[in-house]
Amino acid sequence: MKRLTWFNATSLTLGFAFLYLPMVILVVYSFNRSELVTVWAGFSTKWYGELLQDEAFLDAAWVTLQVAVVSSTVATVLGTMAALVMIRAGRFWGRTLFSGMIYAPLVMPEVITGLSLLLLFIGIGLDRGVFTIILAHTTFSMCYVSVVVSSRLVSFDRSLEEAALDLGCSHAQAFRLVTLPIIAPAVISGWLLAFTLSLDDLVIASFTAGPSATTLPIKIWSSIRLGVSPEINALSTILIAIVAIGVISASLVTKRASLRREAEERAAEQP
Amino acid sequence: MRRFLLIALPYAWLLALFLVPFIIVLKISLSDIALAIPPYTPTLDLSAGWDGIKRFFAGLDFENFVFLTGDDLYWKAYLSSLRIAVIATAITLLVGYPIAYGMAKAPPHWRPTLMMLVILPFWTSFLIRVYSWMGILSGEGYLNQLLIAIGLIEEPLTILNTNIAVYIGIVYTYLPFMILPIYAALERMDESLLEAAEDLGCSRITAFWLVTVPLSRSGVIAGCFLVFIPTIGEFVIPSLLGGSRTLMIGKVLWEEFFNNRDWPVASAVAVILLLILIIPIILFQRNEQKAREADQ
Repeated sequence: MKRLTWFNATSLTLGFAFLYLPMVILVVYSFNRSELVTVWAGFSTKWYGELLQDEAFLDAAWVTLQVAVVSSTVATVLGTMAALVMIRAGRFWGRTLFSGMIYAPLVMPEVITGLSLLLLFIGIGLDRGVFTIILAHTTFSMCYVSVVVSSRLVSFDRSLEEAALDLGCSHAQAFRLVTLPIIAPAVISGWLLAFTLSLDDLVIASFTAGPSATTLPIKIWSSIRLGVSPEINALSTILIAIVAIGVISASLVTKRASLRREAEERAAEQP
Repeated sequence: MRRFLLIALPYAWLLALFLVPFIIVLKISLSDIALAIPPYTPTLDLSAGWDGIKRFFAGLDFENFVFLTGDDLYWKAYLSSLRIAVIATAITLLVGYPIAYGMAKAPPHWRPTLMMLVILPFWTSFLIRVYSWMGILSGEGYLNQLLIAIGLIEEPLTILNTNIAVYIGIVYTYLPFMILPIYAALERMDESLLEAAEDLGCSRITAFWLVTVPLSRSGVIAGCFLVFIPTIGEFVIPSLLGGSRTLMIGKVLWEEFFNNRDWPVASAVAVILLLILIIPIILFQRNEQKAREADQ
């Protein structure tokens, strides 16, 4: 059994303290009774109560959720298609341009993506609102999805699909019954990634949302520009809790699934 | 037919919502500001036929780019973005390498948990992670309270709204991007190489410099680019943590568009920003390509 040297133990402790302490402080102070955010005045949950009565925040949260669900779903479909094209379609006219357009949005500064989409929407006279945010989010998330899915497709054994075709499946059936279940973990993580990116986005949403639509990050942004506020601390705590529960349970589920698959494979190998 | 649809749908989507918008930015960067809707001239008037197209192209010029070189606000903003990005990347590397190293040396059954702990902040809202530092760094913030309580300082330090706060913000939010590729490179490393080096008379520190560092090089390069490239165009961090004297091009572009409503200049700023970014992006691609070939 290898033990950690004191150097490695220190760097891990300091590193994770640095990563987590700011969020821990945020969570602790969200239960602060005082109006003054940096002065502790006793435990209270009143900021959560005020937050849940703030119509503007609830509306913004609802808009954000709608945008995230729709855009990540469309992005997953388009991104998976794009991954199939990248890995399997072979040569076709404009392939370099295609792969360029898949990778470029990953490194494009958000201010440029936002600006260019806004100029497009104004140019074609599309009224800005929830719909335009969905279009914008779908566009950049599909590229992330396609990168995630194609990394899984690369290692995919095509003979499985050929076997299904030989056994009488149509192409659609072979895709649904063989390919999709195998790439499903990547498709799901692509969807989750797209969903989080959409929930999180401030810059692109600010450009593409008109005055009629406000997402949660835009609302948070306008209240924190003036400084720290206890309501935002409460909201942050709720968001951090949701993410932590989500990520931890997802990792437990995948761990259990991989243990089960190993057990099944072992059972299948038994004569 | 199936194949055609499979290619055509994502292709058309990206053309319409990625390439075309980009061409529009390019076009508007060559136009002039005007008091009209949309606030620039010329606009393409296809109803006037060939004459309209000719008039349209005659109206385009490089005036905005000349303007950008003339006003030192802009080139100072580009230079200062580059400088902040370089320094922040270097600090992130110094902070991230020991963490990645510690992770790679940790007992194997800890590693998945450690990985999850590094990735978890990445799933948490970027905005909230930047925001969490506002309460820590402000004049009456937690850091100053702590330093005064233990008697290190008497007057609160001014950290929020300075470049130091911007560096802290960048290091904090981009640290996972640095740790993960370095960890991936270190984890693959064959431990027996280190033993061999020590058997051959290297001290542990020399062995680290001569064996570990070169073998983790591709991870270090990848991590540096993953921090450097998005930092140049960063908007949220300089706006929340930086001061009025923090000059970054993402912020300038935002203000040019939303506050000054000068769309042609904002577009020209965007075009030049992209030209600057192309070099590191190509270098990054090449590094990835090399790493992939080395794997095979």
